[in-house]
Parts: sequence; C-alpha cells; structure tokens
Amino acid sequence: MNLFTPLSWNDTGFILTGILNTVYISVVAIIVGSLLGLLVGFIRAESNKSVNMFLGAFLDILRSVPLIIQLILFTTFIGAMGYPLDPFVAGSIILSLYTMAFMSEVFRSGFDSVPENMVKAARSLGMTYMQTVRYVRVPIGMRAVFPSWLGVALSVIKDSALVSVIGYMELLRTAEQLISRTQQPLMILIGVGLFYFMISYPLSRYGKYVERKMEI
Amino acid sequence: MNNYEFHWNVVFDAFPQLLAGAFTTLHVSVLSMLVGIVIAVLLALGKMSNSKVFYHIANVWVEIARNTPALFLIYMAYFGLGAYGIHLSPYFAVFSALVFINAGYLAETFRGGFQSIPTTQYSAAKSLGMNNIKVYRYVILPQMFRRIYHPMTNQFVWSILMSSLGILVGMDELSGETQRLQSTSFRTLEFFMVAAVMYFVMTKLVLFISSLIAKRVFKGEIS
Repeated sequence: MNLFTPLSWNDTGFILTGILNTVYISVVAIIVGSLLGLLVGFIRAESNKSVNMFLGAFLDILRSVPLIIQLILFTTFIGAMGYPLDPFVAGSIILSLYTMAFMSEVFRSGFDSVPENMVKAARSLGMTYMQTVRYVRVPIGMRAVFPSWLGVALSVIKDSALVSVIGYMELLRTAEQLISRTQQPLMILIGVGLFYFMISYPLSRYGKYVERKMEI
Repeated sequence: MNNYEFHWNVVFDAFPQLLAGAFTTLHVSVLSMLVGIVIAVLLALGKMSNSKVFYHIANVWVEIARNTPALFLIYMAYFGLGAYGIHLSPYFAVFSALVFINAGYLAETFRGGFQSIPTTQYSAAKSLGMNNIKVYRYVILPQMFRRIYHPMTNQFVWSILMSSLGILVGMDELSGETQRLQSTSFRTLEFFMVAAVMYFVMTKLVLFISSLIAKRVFKGEIS
C-alpha cells in the first residue's frame, strides 16, 4: 500500500493559507514593531544617559537572544503562568518586540540625522516642541532611514518563518507538512524559496535604488 | 496553575551538557565563518569581474543567500538534498546553510569595502613607485579591512544566533541540546532561560573580544 499521496492541485488552498498567514503575521509585526520602534527610538534620541542605558540593555537582550529561543521561552512562560495564548498572538507579540528592537535603532539614527540647527530654526519660527517633532524631525529623519527600515522589514518577513516552532501555520510549516505527506521535498521547498525570494528580491533592489538616489 | 515552581537542580546537573552544546554552537559558527570568508572573497571577485559567467554565478548566490530565510536554506540542505540521496548529518546541514548565508552576506560587505576605497589612491600609490602587490598590501587592504571589520563581527554574531535553528533538524548545538534535555525532564522554562542567558553571554563575549582586537590592531583608527 502506498502511504504517500503525490502533490495535487488540491494542495494549492493549503499552501495559500500558509502564504496568507506568513504575510499576515509579517505585516502585523512590521506595523506594530515600527510604531513601537519609532516611539522607543524617539525616547532614546531624546533622553539622558541613564534612561538610555536601561532601554539599551533591554533592547540588547532582544537582539542577542535567538528569536527561536525567545518564542519558545515566551510560549512556555505564559503557559506555565496559566494564560496560554493562540500561536498567532504569541508569535506576533514576540516578533513585534523583536522588530521593535531593530527598528528603534534605525529610527534613533534617523532622529539623530536631523541637524539640530534645523530644529532650532523651526522653533524660532514659532513651532511648538510637538510641532517640530510632527513636521520636522519625523518626516525628515524618517526619510533618511527609509532604506534601513526596508532592510529590517524584509528581515522580519524572513524571520517570520521561525514562528512555525510554536505551532503557527505559516508557509514553511505548511510546506513541511506537505513534505511529510507527499515525500517530495525538493519541489515544495523550491516553491517556498521562490515565494520568499519574489517578495524580498524586488524590495531589496528598490531599497538599494533609493539608497543610491539619496547619496547623490 | 499560577504558581509555577522553578526547579533549577536539573538544569545545574545538566550544565556540562549545555556547555558542550554551547561549544558546538561556537564551533559551527567559527567554521562556517572561516569557510564563508574564503568563498565570500571569491564571490566578491566574481561580482567585480568582467566575466559574465562568474558575475552571474556570484550574483545568484548572493541574492539567494540574502533574500531567503535561513530556516529555508537549512531545510533545503537537510530535506531537499535528501531527495537526491545526499543525506547530510544535522551538523553538516546547518554548517553548509550557514556557509552559504555567510558567504552571500560577506561578499557584499567585501565588495562594498573594496569599492569604498577611491581608485585615485591606487594611482597615487602606483605613481610613488609601488608595485601591484605593495599597493594592495600597504594601501588598499589595510583601509579595506578597517571598513569591513565591524560588519564581519556582526556577521559572526549572526552566525551564532542562526545556528540556533539547528534545534529544528535535531542538531546537538546549544538550543538542540536544550530541547533534548528539557524533553526528558520537562523543565522547559528553566532550560530555555539558561540557554537564553548563555546565548546572550556568548554574543556579548564575542563583541567584547572583537572590540579588544580592534583596539590593538587599529589603535583607535576605527569608529
């Protein structure tokens, strides 16, 4: 008896769910991570040394512990505390925090790149502090770091593959299940790789193009 | 069950095994970095060469390494090559995926470092009567090395962090070892907390040693 059934067109729906889930969690993590990163980056650019050291240490932990360990640790922790969460929610929380750690550094350098004289000039034109933030520092600083932002966002899409360890059905996990059913690893994996490549490659090219344009 | 009781004794008893796992992590990272550097130099040369064939090979390698998840490449080495009858051990699968990624990323770093040195310096050194070897030895390479030093350190830290994906193919590095140990004792939280601390210490140690070396070698001429 043949235990394995070959790949068929009926599997497209299954793969599509995986693709959608990957896109879904990546978009959530990029949006939430960017917003939090913007806030933290602003705080870091504004605050004194002691606050910065404290925040920096926290972000450092997020950056120097592998994402996979963070995911396992977090799900086990909330499970042990008696509040188990849906893999999607738990995955988004950790992936967003992880994204935040990198985004905050990107945005911080963006805030630092705005010349101080420009902010002073805006103040002398009668803008309030909040107005200088809203109309000068954020738009100008963020434009400068757009290529780095894009780079981090792309790495989040790739890192979202790791959320499969806590049971979220993203693309790589659906692929894995299809492989164990069909025993055709090569074709499925190449398809999965192509999907990631097709998202990541054009965007990284675009990022490089913008970067080059900004240099001139 | 809100009152989780921590049992640390199991973890302390297993500490030697965790250390052995950490050693394997460092081992695979260092080796993949060394092999990766060699290939990266070739790829960087390929990307700058006039030969179309070399350029395209290097380009495809670099773009695949940079635009696909590390986990995908590890699966490719572990399951994908298995379809061709090439069955790699978990260690070797992770190792080859890391080499592939390191080479791809470092090739771009090397190329960027090389191209950041103005060609006028080459002409100037030539006009001082240096031959080609001397120009590279005394003018181009020292400056280039200064610029690629930090990115290389970062890539090494990334290799350490990426090797944690070995857990998914049953490799015996730190996270895989942790997984194995927690599955027999069910102290998941404790074991992974210790593993997280160990990863943190490892990466900080690498950065610290790298900054010490930078201080000695570059004598403050590096940002």
